[in-house]
Amino acid sequence: MAKGRVSIVVERCKACGFCVEFCPTKVLALSSAFNSKGYHPPHVVHPEKCSGCDLCGMYCPDFAIYGTKVKTVGAQEVDDES
Amino acid sequence: MSDLTNPVEPFLRSDRMPHIWCPGCGIGTTVNCFARALIESKIDLEHLALVSGIGCTGRVAGYVKLDSFHTTHGRAIPFATGLKLANPKLNVVVYSGDGDLSAIGGNHLIHAARRNIDLKVICVNNLIYAMTGGQTAPTTPGHAITSTSPYGTCEPAFNLPHLVEAAGAVYVARWTTFHVRQLARSIAEAFQKKGFSFIEVISPCPTLYQRRNKLGDGLDTMKYYKEKSKVRHGAPTSEAGLTMTGEIVVGKFVDRDRPDYQTLVRAQLAESLGDRFVEQAEMVCS
Repeated sequence: MAKGRVSIVVERCKACGFCVEFCPTKVLALSSAFNSKGYHPPHVVHPEKCSGCDLCGMYCPDFAIYGTKVKTVGAQEVDDES
Repeated sequence: MSDLTNPVEPFLRSDRMPHIWCPGCGIGTTVNCFARALIESKIDLEHLALVSGIGCTGRVAGYVKLDSFHTTHGRAIPFATGLKLANPKLNVVVYSGDGDLSAIGGNHLIHAARRNIDLKVICVNNLIYAMTGGQTAPTTPGHAITSTSPYGTCEPAFNLPHLVEAAGAVYVARWTTFHVRQLARSIAEAFQKKGFSFIEVISPCPTLYQRRNKLGDGLDTMKYYKEKSKVRHGAPTSEAGLTMTGEIVVGKFVDRDRPDYQTLVRAQLAESLGDRFVEQAEMVCS
């Protein structure tokens, strides 16, 4: 079960690749799809590996990605912040 | 999209996004760290003001949802000084670039450090004048090719931590945009200090500096920071000079205590005026 979840605001991304490079568990990869400005935003390739450390969120110069911890209560996933 | 929002979203003017900074530029990362430092240190945003000058980093004032002021070129520190003196309860942050702070505003930088005015200065150093087209800045390291030095720079560069330490700053640190957690911690630490705090952040400028010098893009520069930076807390700042491809000494260099300007003014007036000295009334803005 993944400990965290990554959220990506695709339209803000400028495809610098910082999040892909510095994700400690290598959750992300740049996708082949374009956003409306013509950049390739990242997408989640290994959602189960995400630890929710939010390092991608700290590196992102465009405020386009962030990680959140997910608490597991029984079998149901509950977002940490809500 | 999910129902969650980015933790830094409350600190940003979302209607102005996406910002003007180039892909691979590190200024956004420093703003991110700054916002996270504000979250961590639980600073009262009602008593916080951000002042920036001109340049790429000068745009920060327009993107943060705080009381912010975008001043004239090089005059971020004088504006911030006035703000702090008029309302001593404010936490005043100066957020600007190396060209603004150390070139046209160099005089103000050293004198604010000498007087020890209680300002938090965050200097994003991309080693070049980025917004005006990549001219040689006082921080451009030797042999770097810029638009005004096509055969390489011959001038010696400023070593900013050394400069502000010599001028009298109480807190001096340097990080790169790779050291996000350390940078956020450092900014939070500077908020605890009373006096002139200076944090230099080395940041890539892929469009002008890295491209002209064939140093790759923003990501390559981040990898270079990761590989070549060395954390040396308390290192003598005289040894922290920057070169184009050499080692980058990072860390907290100076953390000392010295009475700040307002303490000195108050002490001086109390001594000279005796009973006639009246404390400045609290400023109320309505």
